Amino acid sequence: MWQESVNILVYEWLKMAYGERLSDALNFFIYDTVKILFLLTTIIFAVTLLRSYFSTEKVRVYLSKRHEYTGNILAALFGIITPFCSCSAIPLFLGFLQARIPLGVTFSYLISAPLNNEIAIAMLLTMFGWKVAALYIGFGLLVAIIGGIIIGRLGLEKEILIEVKPLEGELNVDEEKIAFKTRLKDAYDYTLNILQKIWLYVLIGVGAGAFIHGYVPTEFITSIAGGDNPFAVPLATLLGVPMYSNAAGVMPLIEVLTSKGMLMGTALSFMMAITALSLPEAMILKRIMSLKLIAIFFGTVTLGIIGVGYLFNALL
Amino acid sequence: MKIEVLGTGCSKCKTLEEATKQAVAQSGQFAQIEKVEDIMKIMEYGVMSTPALVIDGKVMSTGKVLSVNEIIELIKAH
Repeated sequence: MWQESVNILVYEWLKMAYGERLSDALNFFIYDTVKILFLLTTIIFAVTLLRSYFSTEKVRVYLSKRHEYTGNILAALFGIITPFCSCSAIPLFLGFLQARIPLGVTFSYLISAPLNNEIAIAMLLTMFGWKVAALYIGFGLLVAIIGGIIIGRLGLEKEILIEVKPLEGELNVDEEKIAFKTRLKDAYDYTLNILQKIWLYVLIGVGAGAFIHGYVPTEFITSIAGGDNPFAVPLATLLGVPMYSNAAGVMPLIEVLTSKGMLMGTALSFMMAITALSLPEAMILKRIMSLKLIAIFFGTVTLGIIGVGYLFNALL
Repeated sequence: MKIEVLGTGCSKCKTLEEATKQAVAQSGQFAQIEKVEDIMKIMEYGVMSTPALVIDGKVMSTGKVLSVNEIIELIKAH
């Protein structure tokens, strides 16, 4: 339906010739933008509404009663359904430790939460469908669980620069009664807010994608990001780091790259590096952690992401 | 009345601070507004998602940029 409307607009109303580079690129651009913005709005709204039922405070109470392994697994899972913003990383981190949640379990959450942010999940569902989204979430959880267990085993508690006073007594959260109408309105406001922030990146991303789609030869992409290049996975991971918080702009690019021969494992590594490895977050965490701990944290996640990429490329 | 805006200095926290100032001005009530950036103080309130709004020592909202009207409601309800 969308494709047909766009065809009519480009080839009939604008009277552009079918099968030419410029008209193809324009057609692709309009079709993709409309599709992405529509689905993005729907998915972000749904995810935000669902999330309003889970708060980090509740998760903390729940996790404080768990031990290693189960704690790591649950922490990673909770990372999917709770909202996370890198500006809250410090209070969250210290808050977990205050509740005597083990360091490794805390890290499992800290790896999983940004990885499974609503924009990344919405973009994945929109551009790649539910299978790739499920793979991304599944492998993301694996990295978060194993990464957390490793960090927990290294005994790095002394690398935290602030003395954390454990909370006294029982942890409790006052159950807030929020009307469904209020939740709907909050989710609507939040979705609008996110869209205002990312729509330009989506346009730029789709525009660049349309350019590659129409002008860059497939052989070129395959030679760099395809099976011929054994270093494609680590390269993609490193490239993903400075793209932080631009999942919205980069995902359309990745879609085009995969359609032109980029291997899916390489694409997954790229996406995970974009969301999970954030330099601004590292700068924020430096206020409460030693450089050594930050380096171990980022190193573990990087290795995990590269591992996922190779594993996936080998399996498929 | 003492209103505290808790936040570690991100842009959302500044937005909430501005909204709070406007809300107090519009509500016509006298309130002292303080921006709390010290992480240890924020932790004492048990807050894990910033920005948060505290009125007279009671946490009213966390992890959300409230609108001016929402803050006025909270001030009135207090």
